[in-house]
Amino acid sequence: MTSEYLIYKSLLVVLVFVITLVVAMYSTYAERKIAAFLQDRIGPNRAGPFGLLQPLADGVKMFMKEEVIPGTSNKALFILGPAISILFSFLTGAVIPWGSAVNIMGSEYSLQIADVNIGILYLFGVVSMGVYGIMIGGWASNNKYSLLGAIRASSQMISYEVAMGLSIIALVMTTGTLSLNEIAAQQQGWHWNILIQPLGFLIFVICAFAETNRAPFDLPECETELVGGYHTEYSSMKLGFYLFAEYINMFISSAVIATFYFGGYNMPLIARFVHDSNALAILGVVFLFAKIFFFIFCFMWVRWTLPRFRYDQLMNLGWKTLIPLSLLNIVITGAVMMRHEIFQLFVK
Amino acid sequence: MQLTSRSKVVSNKTMTFKERIYLPAIFSGMMITLSHLFKKKVTIQYPEQTRPVSQIYRGQHTLKRDEIGAERCTACGLCAIACPAEAIIMVAAERKKGEEHLYREEKYAAVYEINMLRCIFCGDCEEACPKEAIFLTDRKVDSDYQRKSFIYGKDILVEGIEPDKRVDVSKRETAAVAEFKTHKEYDHNKVLKRNNK
Amino acid sequence: MITTYLFGFLSFLAIMFALMVVLSKNPVHSVLYLVLTFFTIAGHYVLLNAQFLAAVHVIVYAGAIMVLFLFVIMLLNLNEETEPHKSVWLKASATVAAGLLLVVLVGSLKGAETIVATNKFDPNIGLIENLGKSLFTDFLLPFEVSSILLLVAMVGAVLLGKKSIK
Repeated sequence: MTSEYLIYKSLLVVLVFVITLVVAMYSTYAERKIAAFLQDRIGPNRAGPFGLLQPLADGVKMFMKEEVIPGTSNKALFILGPAISILFSFLTGAVIPWGSAVNIMGSEYSLQIADVNIGILYLFGVVSMGVYGIMIGGWASNNKYSLLGAIRASSQMISYEVAMGLSIIALVMTTGTLSLNEIAAQQQGWHWNILIQPLGFLIFVICAFAETNRAPFDLPECETELVGGYHTEYSSMKLGFYLFAEYINMFISSAVIATFYFGGYNMPLIARFVHDSNALAILGVVFLFAKIFFFIFCFMWVRWTLPRFRYDQLMNLGWKTLIPLSLLNIVITGAVMMRHEIFQLFVK
Repeated sequence: MQLTSRSKVVSNKTMTFKERIYLPAIFSGMMITLSHLFKKKVTIQYPEQTRPVSQIYRGQHTLKRDEIGAERCTACGLCAIACPAEAIIMVAAERKKGEEHLYREEKYAAVYEINMLRCIFCGDCEEACPKEAIFLTDRKVDSDYQRKSFIYGKDILVEGIEPDKRVDVSKRETAAVAEFKTHKEYDHNKVLKRNNK
Repeated sequence: MITTYLFGFLSFLAIMFALMVVLSKNPVHSVLYLVLTFFTIAGHYVLLNAQFLAAVHVIVYAGAIMVLFLFVIMLLNLNEETEPHKSVWLKASATVAAGLLLVVLVGSLKGAETIVATNKFDPNIGLIENLGKSLFTDFLLPFEVSSILLLVAMVGAVLLGKKSIK
C-alpha cells in the first residue's frame, strides 16, 4: 500500500463525493424542470440562464432559514436523524464501478473506490441502514404525523428489501459473483443482464422505487395524509439533508440499476471504433452517466405519471406479488441454468 | 338516462389478466406524459409577456371629468344600487358658488369609495350611470399587502385634469353610448355649449 | 500492528455500547446502542477477514431485526412513566441472581487454561467461496435443518397472524 495509492484513492473518494453532491443538486433542478415539461409548463428559468443557478439559490435559502428544534423533541436524536440519512446515502457510492481501470504511466488505476468481493451485500447492508435515519428523525420529532410517516417508511422499506434481495439472488446465480466490478465487466458487448433477467429487473426497479421513497411509493411523506411525513418538524438544512438524501439515493439507485442490468460502463460496438484502453475507460464513464441520467429521468417521469398507492395496496404488492414473483424468478433461473442436467434426468 | 354521447357505463367487472398486471396501463400512461414533454408550453412569462386581453376588458374603474375638467358624477347613487357586490358607497354634497369648474352638476360626490376586494368587475355601475361618469378601464388593480388599501377613494378613482392624465375609455363606449352622446338636446351633453360661453 | 490497535478500539467501543444498552433509561436509546454494538461486532468480523459474515450480520441484525425492535418500541411508545413498578423483593432477587452468575463466570474463567490455537488460522476461511463450500459439503445437514427451522417459524407466524381458523 504505497502513499501514491492512498492519495489516488482519497482523490477518487473526494471526486465521487463531489459528483454525487452535484448530481443530487441538479436532480432537484431536473425534477422541477421535468415536472414542468410534463405538465406543459416551463419550470424555473429566472436564476441564471435556463434557471441553472436555481439549485444554488435553493441551497442558500435552506442554509439561511430559521432552525427550529421542537421543544418536546429528543434533541440529540432529532439532530442525528438527518445526519444518518445522508451518511448512509453517501456510503453506497463506494462500491459502484464508475468505469474500467485507467492506465497512467504503467500503473493501473481502478475507477472504483473499493472493489469489495461482497459488493452487493455491502450495498444491501448500507441501504438497510438508511431506514434508521427516517425512523429516528420521525420518532424524535415527537409528532404523530412524523411517527406515522416513520413507521410507514420503515415497514415499507423492510417489506421491499425482501423482494429486492430475492431478485438480486437470481442475478447472483447467473453472474456467479457478488462483486459489482465483475458484474459490470461480465456484461461486455451485448451481454447485458436485462436480457437474461427481465423479470428480476422489473422486480428490482419496483423495489428501488419503494426503497428510495419515490412516487408511486412515497407514502412516508405523502402530503395529503401526513402533512410532511417523517420530516414534518424539520426546517432549514436538516430538512435539506433529508431531501438531499432522497436525491442521492435516487442517483445511486440509478447507478446500481445501470450496473446490474444495463451493462454498467459497457456499450456495445464501441470497442470496434475506439482501441485505446484509456479512451475506452473514459468513454465508459460517460456511458455509465448517460445511463444513470436516463434512469433518474425515469424516476421523475414515473413520479409525474402514476398516482400514489394506498397503504394496503403497497403491502399487497410487496408481499403477495413481488416476493412470490421473485421466488418464481429464482426457480426459473435455476431451472434454466441446470437445463442439461434436468434434460438428462428425463432422457434416462 | 344518457346525458351526453361520451358518457361511459361504469361496471364493477373483475379485471382481466392484462389489466391486473397493470404494466400495459402504466406504459400507456407514461407514453401520454412523455408526449406532453414535447408539446407547446402554455406558460406566459408575465413581466415580459402579457396575456392578450379583450378590447373591452373590465379592470380598474375611473371617474371621468368632462372637457373642462369638472367631475361628471352627480352622486345619484344608481351605481351603488346597481352594484351586485355592494362595493360602492358615496356621500353627496351640494356644489358651492365658484366650484362650477370642479363639479358639473349642482350635486356631487364628496366621498366616493369602491372596495376593490368586493368588486366583481361586472360593469353594472357603468351601465347604470346616467352621466357617463364611471367607466371600467383596461388597467389592472395593483396588489397590496393590506386590505384597507383596496378601498379606493376619489384620489385614485377620479382621472386627472391635465390632458395627459385623462383616461381613454373610448374602447368601452358602445354604439349606444356614442349615439346617446350625439343628442345635444339632453342636458348632460350640453358641455360644448357651456364651454363656448 | 494497526489491526491490534483496531481490535482494542473496537472491543472498547463494543463493551461501552453494550453497557450503554443496559444503562440507558430510554428504550429507544437502548435499541440504538445495540445497533452500534452490532456494528462494532461486524468490525471484528472484518478484522478476521470474514467480510461476508460482517455484511450479513449488519443486514440481518442491524438492518432487519433491530428495525423491527425499534418499530415495536415506537408503536408502544414505552417510556419511564409506563414502566411497570417492580417490588423491592424482585429487585433484590435479581441482584442476587446476577451476582451469582458473575461469581460463576469469574470462577470458571479462573480455572480455565489459556487456549492455544491448535491449527493455524486460515485468513481465507471467512471468504464467501470457502464459506459456501463448507456450508454445502461439510455442514449440509445442519444447514438444511436450520432452513427447515426457519420455514417452521414462518408457517407459525402466518398461522398466528391469521384471524381465525376453522
